[in-house]
Amino acid sequence: MEATTDIVENESVWGGGNKPLNASYGKMMMWFFIVSDALTFSGFLVAYGFSRFKNIDSWPIADEVFYHFPFLHGIDAPMYYVALMTFILIFSSVTMVLAVDAGHKMQKTKVAIYMLLTIIGGAVFVGSQAWEWKNFIQGEYGAVETKGGQILQFVTADAGERVSLESFASTLPTDRAQHTGDEGLWFVSESSLPTYSVAEIQEGFLANPDLLIKTEMIDATTGHKIVLDRAASEEKIAQAVYVVEGANLVRNEYGNRLFADFFFFITGFHGFHVFSGVVINCIIFFNVLLGTYDRRGHYEMVEKVGLYWHFVDLVWVFVFTFFYLV
Amino acid sequence: MAHKLSIFRGLVTFKSNIQKIWGVLVFLSIVTAVEVALGIIKPSFLLTPVLGMKGLNWVFIILTLVKAYYIAWDFMHLRDERRSFTSSIVLPLLILIPYLIFILLVEADYIYNVMLDGFVSWNF
Repeated sequence: MEATTDIVENESVWGGGNKPLNASYGKMMMWFFIVSDALTFSGFLVAYGFSRFKNIDSWPIADEVFYHFPFLHGIDAPMYYVALMTFILIFSSVTMVLAVDAGHKMQKTKVAIYMLLTIIGGAVFVGSQAWEWKNFIQGEYGAVETKGGQILQFVTADAGERVSLESFASTLPTDRAQHTGDEGLWFVSESSLPTYSVAEIQEGFLANPDLLIKTEMIDATTGHKIVLDRAASEEKIAQAVYVVEGANLVRNEYGNRLFADFFFFITGFHGFHVFSGVVINCIIFFNVLLGTYDRRGHYEMVEKVGLYWHFVDLVWVFVFTFFYLV
Repeated sequence: MAHKLSIFRGLVTFKSNIQKIWGVLVFLSIVTAVEVALGIIKPSFLLTPVLGMKGLNWVFIILTLVKAYYIAWDFMHLRDERRSFTSSIVLPLLILIPYLIFILLVEADYIYNVMLDGFVSWNF
């Protein structure tokens, strides 16, 4: 049985310099910070689970939201991109462990090389996340929202494929212009107007008999979103009040409003952790180059930032599961 | 610094710490690949509900916990720490997180049923 403390004979236990649990002060505090941060993240993820269970029959399906892959425009590639991102982050974790291992052996050059690789991996991951956000914010097809806050998407009747608003919206003469502070009330601001008005979408939809409406609701037996028939679609389109293109913190074209909020908040908070991890890794990297830890006689700082970096990886494993897989 | 070099309860033992790191990377990559493959294929026998959730979702969650275990135990080298130190880190999480999940998901399910059976229409 391993004891909690070492029994030291003929030495002053109260004189300081002891290492309870055989871990140094800094390492132990890094671990306890990680515990508290892990609880923060679990709070966020459980809140996401709460909203999802509350809207269990209408939550957006991840494969229908995240299907982009660089240089494969228009090709349906769900999950491959996040799988790649996951692999990049796990790989940067590996180079971090290798840096810590080289640090134990006091190999300065090796530590520096592995730290540099870790920083590059982290930077690539943050860049990938930015690209993911860009696609999410921009959207591709667009949708309309009803007064009750339900998102209606448009699909073709024969293949059930998503149709973009621009492919069927008709053009109506309109006097509606973007409100700007210098041409209207200076104290009132307006977010940018959608490309099409609700009336244009409604008229275009009625003029295209081969279009149907895809609702938010999930068919419990097939697991797919319910597509209305033509008569019900024509009835539903009359209830549209907003045109939604892409996503912001108020509404998004993918479905439930909370979905985009949680996406931005949780992946954003994680991305912020990755970013700060990269910054801290850079500081340690330059300290390694300057020989600070060589003079100090040990590379424990590398081990401590390593713990933080692995924690970021650990959180991503859970974010990946709950946003993209489940 | 002494490292414990076995994983899978001693089934696989590595010669050095560096080899162990690469071994764990291979294992984590395989688990991720399995997750992605399952997510794309979605085998129909896994889509039946088990304990209130799709069987496939349980598979994903268990595989995630497996990955989390190996990241914490080998990358964050909890395997090499004192038992009491490991416990002081892992036990608070193992107690508090399942509790939080339990109370919030039960409450969410209750709200879902209220909105489903209530006299108010949410779909207009």
